[in-house]
Amino acid sequence: MVEQAEIRVVHQGGSNITFREPAISSDSRFLLCASGHNVKVFSTVTEECVQELRGHTDLVTGVLLRPSNHLQAYSCSADGTVRLWDFTDGILIKTYVIGYPICSIYASASHDGVIFIATPTKGYKTLDSLQLLAVHLPQTAGQLVETSDLSAVLSDVSANPATVAFGRAGEYVASTNGVQLQIFFFKKQKSFRFSLKENSCSGRRNTFTCVACHPTDDCIATGHEDGKIRLWRNFDQKREYTYRTLHWHHSTVRALCFTPEGSNLLSGGVESVLVQWRYQQESQQDFLPRLGAAITHIAVSPDGALFCTSHSDNKIVLIQSCVKVSSIIQGLVKGEAVQTDLMVDPRSKALVLNGKPGHLQFYSLQRDRLLFNLDVVQQEFIHQEGLDQFQVVMATLDGAGAWLATVEERKQETVEAELNLKLWAFDEPSQSFVLNTTVSTPHEVRITAVTFDPAARGQTSLLVSCGRDGLFKAWRLAPPAHPDDGGPSWTCDFVSGYHGLTPQRCCFSADGSLLAVGFQEVVTVWSPASWELLLTLSQPPGIIRDLCFGRLSCSKFLLGTTSSDQLCCWNLLTCSLEWSTSMEVSLLLADPLSDNMAAFCHQDGNTDLFVFKPSEPRPLFSQKAVCSGRVSRAVFAPREVALESCEESSQWLNRSQLYFLTPLMDLLTFSTRAEEERLMTASKQLVVDDSVAMTPFQLLLGKRRPHHQAAVEDPAVRPPAERPVPPGGSAAVRELLQSPAHVLPAAAALCSVFMEALLETPSDPEEEEEEDSDQEMETRATRPERGLLETDSADPVLSRAQVRELRRVRKLDHSWFSSLLDS
Amino acid sequence: MIQMGEFKVHRVRFFDYMPSAIRSMAFNSHTERLAVARADGAVEIFNFADNYFQEKVIAGRDGRSIEALCWVGRRLFSAGLEGEITEYDLENLRPRYSIEAYGGPIWTISSNSQGTLLAAGCEDGTVKMFEILEDRIQFQTNLSRQKGRIISLSWHPSGAQIAAGMMDMIKIFDSETGQATHRLLVDRGVGTSKSREVVVWSVAFLNDHTIISGDSAGKVQIWDGLTGTLISTHLVTKWDVLVLAISQDESSVIAGTSEGTVVQFQFLPSTVGQQDKFWVQTRTFKNHSHDVRALVHTDTAVVSGGMDTQLVVRPLLDKVEKNTQESALHKIAFPHRNLVSCAKKAGLLLFQFPDHLELWRLGESDRNGTPGESLPVKRKPEKLIQLKIKGEDHICCSALSPCGSWLAYATVAAVRLYRLQLSSSNVSIQKVSKLPRELKSVHQLCFSSDSCRLFASSSFSSVVVVALDQTDCKYLHTLKHKSGSKQPIHILSPSEDGQWLATANTDCEIHVFNLRKMKLHCSVPAYSSCPTAVSIHPTSGNLVSVHADQQIFEFSLKQKEYSVWSRQLQRQGLHPLWLQRDTPVTQITFNPNNPAHIMLHDVFMFCIIDQSLPLPEAKSKFYNQRILRSLPEPQRLRESHAFKACKNFQHLLSVNLLEDLSLVVVERPLVDIVCQLPAPVRQKLFAT
Repeated sequence: MVEQAEIRVVHQGGSNITFREPAISSDSRFLLCASGHNVKVFSTVTEECVQELRGHTDLVTGVLLRPSNHLQAYSCSADGTVRLWDFTDGILIKTYVIGYPICSIYASASHDGVIFIATPTKGYKTLDSLQLLAVHLPQTAGQLVETSDLSAVLSDVSANPATVAFGRAGEYVASTNGVQLQIFFFKKQKSFRFSLKENSCSGRRNTFTCVACHPTDDCIATGHEDGKIRLWRNFDQKREYTYRTLHWHHSTVRALCFTPEGSNLLSGGVESVLVQWRYQQESQQDFLPRLGAAITHIAVSPDGALFCTSHSDNKIVLIQSCVKVSSIIQGLVKGEAVQTDLMVDPRSKALVLNGKPGHLQFYSLQRDRLLFNLDVVQQEFIHQEGLDQFQVVMATLDGAGAWLATVEERKQETVEAELNLKLWAFDEPSQSFVLNTTVSTPHEVRITAVTFDPAARGQTSLLVSCGRDGLFKAWRLAPPAHPDDGGPSWTCDFVSGYHGLTPQRCCFSADGSLLAVGFQEVVTVWSPASWELLLTLSQPPGIIRDLCFGRLSCSKFLLGTTSSDQLCCWNLLTCSLEWSTSMEVSLLLADPLSDNMAAFCHQDGNTDLFVFKPSEPRPLFSQKAVCSGRVSRAVFAPREVALESCEESSQWLNRSQLYFLTPLMDLLTFSTRAEEERLMTASKQLVVDDSVAMTPFQLLLGKRRPHHQAAVEDPAVRPPAERPVPPGGSAAVRELLQSPAHVLPAAAALCSVFMEALLETPSDPEEEEEEDSDQEMETRATRPERGLLETDSADPVLSRAQVRELRRVRKLDHSWFSSLLDS
Repeated sequence: MIQMGEFKVHRVRFFDYMPSAIRSMAFNSHTERLAVARADGAVEIFNFADNYFQEKVIAGRDGRSIEALCWVGRRLFSAGLEGEITEYDLENLRPRYSIEAYGGPIWTISSNSQGTLLAAGCEDGTVKMFEILEDRIQFQTNLSRQKGRIISLSWHPSGAQIAAGMMDMIKIFDSETGQATHRLLVDRGVGTSKSREVVVWSVAFLNDHTIISGDSAGKVQIWDGLTGTLISTHLVTKWDVLVLAISQDESSVIAGTSEGTVVQFQFLPSTVGQQDKFWVQTRTFKNHSHDVRALVHTDTAVVSGGMDTQLVVRPLLDKVEKNTQESALHKIAFPHRNLVSCAKKAGLLLFQFPDHLELWRLGESDRNGTPGESLPVKRKPEKLIQLKIKGEDHICCSALSPCGSWLAYATVAAVRLYRLQLSSSNVSIQKVSKLPRELKSVHQLCFSSDSCRLFASSSFSSVVVVALDQTDCKYLHTLKHKSGSKQPIHILSPSEDGQWLATANTDCEIHVFNLRKMKLHCSVPAYSSCPTAVSIHPTSGNLVSVHADQQIFEFSLKQKEYSVWSRQLQRQGLHPLWLQRDTPVTQITFNPNNPAHIMLHDVFMFCIIDQSLPLPEAKSKFYNQRILRSLPEPQRLRESHAFKACKNFQHLLSVNLLEDLSLVVVERPLVDIVCQLPAPVRQKLFAT
């Protein structure tokens, strides 16, 4: 294994679940999809993530059900391993070490003990040229298995995993690259290549984009860039091959899939329509339109009843028998670019950023799911190329999460951009934001920055906006001019400029007593209380790009970055430059819960991260090449539970977590080794415990004793004795009632067991202790033979009252004793 | 008019030539001849073994509509809605005889594979059997009469059964007893077309007793002919499936639709290496804008024709070698013969239409301009005469004398000769009443350069020479050759000095007659490909011939051998680009100012061969006129080669050099033809 660094960049939350084709379990209950470094198992019914398979140390590049065991799944990753999982229980069964980064994984039922992987060809650095290897998995015991039996099947494989498919009973494999289709027959060890012309007569591109093979017939379906689907037949001949062309899609066909019986062919593309072609009667098609975003993958459950489409906006739609959308699993919505800053909603601790066009999404990083979309623009989005629409370009939340300000703009070629500033109040009853004020054209020209006063609360909230028109404006909540106008609304409170320069940035100090506005090369500091210009700072040359006040112990410092690649730190007490250093900072960020600051520096096409305290000359943490490209969006998200890390380099991650967006729109974060180990042990625990998952069903069925012993030993867990306990109110039943419905077996299956559990409860003497109601005792008295067993004493002639008294005494005694032990 | 280099060019676009729609086709795989019937009743024979050359044209007649064509051996039969079965005399280019079938309009005819019986499907619901005898056909029997017309017929290869497509059903007859053995009901279309009867436009009976039908509901259906059950249905179009054709080995079926598409079905195994096969819809070809009415499935190509008048040969790329002459798509839109005659001295043009002739006087311009400049016209071109034919037969050939005072045309029945008198103000036309008896069954007419003789090709490859003077005409001689070929002469080419007459027939023979001695001078050594244009050089007396395979020969009449230039050309070979052209050269003219120049043209280009320049190498650039113009003088000389091709004019029907050294270029742009066609079936276009 690779030596692990103390702090790693990982995908954690908000990762792409549509990166690769998902797999549906054979009973159609679970959906497995690659998500960052993990594999997520979703329930197809409740859309809940029921398992997360952790273990890979790089991007997972493929998930596949094991053909010989439908309860197991393979996953492959760029870290060079293939892992075999028991996905229902989340147990890692085996790790096969391949040693090369793997781009995709394939298997077929007739190749037992062999999986096929696509890896970069030796000698080629890029992903342009891959080769398909057959890997014979050794049948050795032990978790970690080295594989050495690799044999090349095909070379010149495209990096798109949809371009390889296995044919009828694994007899052949079809692969496309560019305008070439390549078919390799395993039995004859013979391969055929067919190529199309680069461009057809009408100038459309013929490039292959995906391929699918019919499960029982020798028919290969290929999708093309010009929207055509070709059905190839007779491809075991060099020249007498033939194909039929189907054309419905107007743009690239992204995904193709045959249903398991082979009776239908499914296709999808940018039109967001799932097309179902009848095999052999292709002139008949069924359509499922309005799926919301371009289809990128299609998967079908083994019984053919459930279809699943992945979409470009990080969404998986589950479709029942091609007519009904049964559920939607939505990841972090990814558009082309995030224009708003990343924010954390103080109430829900959710990440707030652009989502669907014209929307803000609230994404819970802890629970890794989308909470809701806030429709900011409130206009129908029309999907058409070249059409200018309103876009949310800026958003900011105040310190308490009670107010949200959004800026939307519509760029038009001929006229000035249209601008709207909207202020939203949090509505407690509906738990959502409600539009309070709309200011159209708050500035003449584009707005460069908006920010709330972080310290002000409630009615005294203050919003500052800067515009290209050389002004910054302060907005305050004001009571309505007429009493019958409704609630308070936001009005402009103060307008000012500085020598006609354009304000680029504004920033409040943590206590809200100072406002710093960067006017090109000059930083001005204002007092929001009196709107008095307190001081000006300037460090020419270079336009101020970012401004940030220090926090907590460093709140006397004001930091700024300039376009001449300077990072400056001014001391506000002495009004002088404390220090400055030369680095190209693309993003400067202050942690709200500590005095740390993070600077993302762009250097040589990569981004480096420095975490430092303004008061200390040495950075707390630095990492080179965090990701390629320029990082322009990042946020410190407060942790729910602070870490107790004592190592110096990772202390800055104790209270909050740093998330950032790469140019490719991947949400990445930093994770410490301790944190990862904790997560790993959490998942491994199940392996140690038992091979059966800790389901409530299992609790009911057999393993009651250890659980109840634990319950007894820990008095804090026990319910108060005085409270009337429902009949059979054992911990197992409680568990049953509290656990989410989706992880439970069918109610019909549970019912009889549940009833039995109720009946047999008294047979457990420990259990008896907890039942304390008279009624309960009455029923028991009717069965004297049980009564005999219940009592510890050999004396059978104790009266009922005596027995009760004895029991009470003992119980009291016991609790007292245990509390004594505890203390 | 346009100035092009040294020539003034009359760019003629007023020839409203309109080809007729293709109604039916039949292919004879033994002789590789394709017979094409057009809507005006004309039948054309294409030789597929010889670069799709249009060898023969049998002119149609008013009121003749051909619905079906059928080859029996080398004999060609047709039937049409006038209710007659006609056999053609392919040597004399005329119908041999017609037999009334007495069943109302005939929709289809089909011969059994043994070539003994000809079945005709009639409007009155009978299938009539004709026995094919040596020299005629004879009615034999009627199959049991049905209600409703018989639209299509197909024999089982054994000849024991015959399938007939009717309205709403297909019937299978036992050809021995004449009784119907199966009735296959074809379901109607959906929606509004439910109430309309479905027409089974075409059926095909395969050797394994599979019946394939195409109908007006747009379906191609596969039936089991033994049990009479439907196997599968393929909805191919919203409109009609008009025609089906099967390949020789019965592994592929093509269906032509009203949308102009041709859909291929193939008999393929479902899994590799297995025996049980089924019919799968595979490729779709779209080469037509209108109905595909006629289809032929040759071994290597799909040949289709229809309402848009073009004959399209679409090679099946899995059957031919890639990137060869064979793998190219051929579209035959124009006839491979001249429909334009030009009076060089008088500046007149004669246009030949099926049922009339038009005589035009060219415009004039007194200006000279820079190359490429269009000149102002002083006098506009003018239509002098429109001559409507008498009788029902269409014109098969016409000629205008070089002086412009004689006009002749021929139909299957007769030859007519007119004397023209043109002055600047009035035009008079006078029919020459008494013509010699020998002028009959004429395939080609031609005047000598001094306009005092008329040559007419007649049966048995003979040429009738008629002397003309001011008032009457007199039979002089019949020129005959001894090769014994009975094929018709399609090219007559007299020399400028009146000494020679060259003839070419479809047996690929070229004969040269000495007109002074009125006897055969020599025969040019036979070449395998049919000559498409023959001409005799006015000064050197060399005969230049261009053949359907694009080869060029020059034959010296004095030495009776191929000239040095011709032998050099054959040694070196023609440029590949020249050989790749798919339309034949239809005319050769010479420039009297520059004897080294040979001017020839096909549909897409006009070329001057300069015999004094070196021949192009295979690697050199062939179409280099534009590049040459930009080069400096010495380099231009070095780079230039003998073939000077000009592609400025497209869809050329004729190029002639007038006596005043101005060129007459007759163009018929394809778009003009397309816009005169009726509107195609409405099709939904994406994003409209």
